[in-house]
Amino acid sequence: MNKKMDRVWYAIFTMPLFLIFLTIVIIPFIIGIIYSFITWNGIPANPKVFVGFDNYVAIFQDERFITSAWNTLKFTVLALISINVFGLVFSLIVTAGFKASNLARTLFFMPNLIGGLILGYIWKFLFTDGFKQIGNLTGLDSIFFNWLINPNFALYALVIVFTWQMAGYTMIIYIAGIQGIPDEVMEAAKVDGANLWTRLTKIVFPLLMPSFTICLFLSLSGAFKIYDVNLSLTGGGPIHSTELFAMNIFNEIFGYGNYGLGQAKAIIFFLVVALVTLTQVIITKKKEVQM
Amino acid sequence: MKATGRTITSILIVILALLFLSPIYIMLVNSFKTRSELYENALALPSSFSFEYYQKAMEKMNFLHVFFNSAYVTIVTVICVVVLASMTAWMLVRKDNLMSKIIFYSFVATMLIPFQTLMMPLMQVMDWIRTNLHIPMLNTHGGLIFMNIGFHAGIAVFLYHGFMKSIPIALEEAATLDGCSKFGLFWRIVFPLLKTITVTVAILDIIATWNDYLLPSLVLSDKGLRTIQLSTFYFFGEFTIVWNQAMAGLTLTIIPIVIFYAFAQKYIIKGVAAGAVK
Repeated sequence: MNKKMDRVWYAIFTMPLFLIFLTIVIIPFIIGIIYSFITWNGIPANPKVFVGFDNYVAIFQDERFITSAWNTLKFTVLALISINVFGLVFSLIVTAGFKASNLARTLFFMPNLIGGLILGYIWKFLFTDGFKQIGNLTGLDSIFFNWLINPNFALYALVIVFTWQMAGYTMIIYIAGIQGIPDEVMEAAKVDGANLWTRLTKIVFPLLMPSFTICLFLSLSGAFKIYDVNLSLTGGGPIHSTELFAMNIFNEIFGYGNYGLGQAKAIIFFLVVALVTLTQVIITKKKEVQM
Repeated sequence: MKATGRTITSILIVILALLFLSPIYIMLVNSFKTRSELYENALALPSSFSFEYYQKAMEKMNFLHVFFNSAYVTIVTVICVVVLASMTAWMLVRKDNLMSKIIFYSFVATMLIPFQTLMMPLMQVMDWIRTNLHIPMLNTHGGLIFMNIGFHAGIAVFLYHGFMKSIPIALEEAATLDGCSKFGLFWRIVFPLLKTITVTVAILDIIATWNDYLLPSLVLSDKGLRTIQLSTFYFFGEFTIVWNQAMAGLTLTIIPIVIFYAFAQKYIIKGVAAGAVK
């Protein structure tokens, strides 16, 4: 009797959320795999034709997808470096024990709360009109011009905006890591005459490895999956030069109505994200040291 | 001498942080300018503060309406996630059998799936539910909330699960001996102990739901149901070239966030750190 009641309670507590989760995540994921072997244009009356691996083969002949893959790779590498350099520098500044630290920390984190779509629009104005005017005023119009209409520069504009959004976030995580380093260790190194650079590279960075693991993971998966900043800042243009993975998949499915092909891209996308982020976590985890 | 040096460094740090936020300054000053003033110098302060564009942007975005839509979706989502995820995680920790392991690891493993992989089949499933079970999942706030709960379940259960392990079981055993039911046990004894992690889950969820654009854009098609993000998107589609009005619209969308940040700043930063480090 008691055991039966236990089971009922177990179901009452766990099943509501798990059933929602099943409906929203697990079932669509399984159906998504099936869709990737089918060709269909999304119109319910039209037939869904099983084509085996044809969609997966087609992806690698899709020049736009190859371009977007290359763009995503370039964007991810640049964003990864820039987000973590800025995040780390900010965290070192605000943990150095100055009065302004709290205020600065609050301000640096601010853009992260605003949301990608809105950030993209703010910067769109900055690049279109702000940059042009700065160029005119200073005469540096080879640097300050509308980056968004130049296929070579638009991707860098995206890196800047994404860095602006994410640097504060990684800063918070690095701060937590830095505060976890015992003061005695730093004091001892100071007494032994280690300069700032030695203290950073020999003590701070090695002890920050767990923070690096998290920050690299978050910026890596964030950069791969970026969509709303991409949409509002460049819309993928000019001439698809900033159409990243997520946007390419969205356009393939809902723009061109190639449901099967788009879903096959989405599955490849999942495999790439999973593979790359897991590899990164395994590699950086190995480098973590114990105190 | 040393004190002056420190003050100067402090001032430099604040200047650096303000420079970092200069895009927000540019947005703000240009929201007050006339068009000719804006094209003359986008960086300068406006010659007069006119709220004309704010009024226009508010009307065109239907701002109050979309604000309440966003607030409604966010609040209901967060409450549901906190209630359901804490209950689930508690059972999963306390009944550590094979079933619990399967449920827990399916929550954790699927956190790796990007939304883009799920969006099309998800819409098909929702459409199927609408046609065959007659539950209006598409184009309703209820449907959007339901999907939000599903997407936020993984991380919330993961965070509660990790925190729950550190709570001593003795209190619960004592309450059970006193004849407390499972519901009473959870809500009166366990849930109050989860306060810190509840704040973390709630904050991460508020930020994610409030700022989400892609899912609402797929689910909601009625104009009257739009959230702030959707309304901003459509507003820009129509008024891209009228930058001063656009900047007023953007400033409006940021005001609620700044107010939220000002009040909950300490919890937000703590919550984000706790959420990420776990």
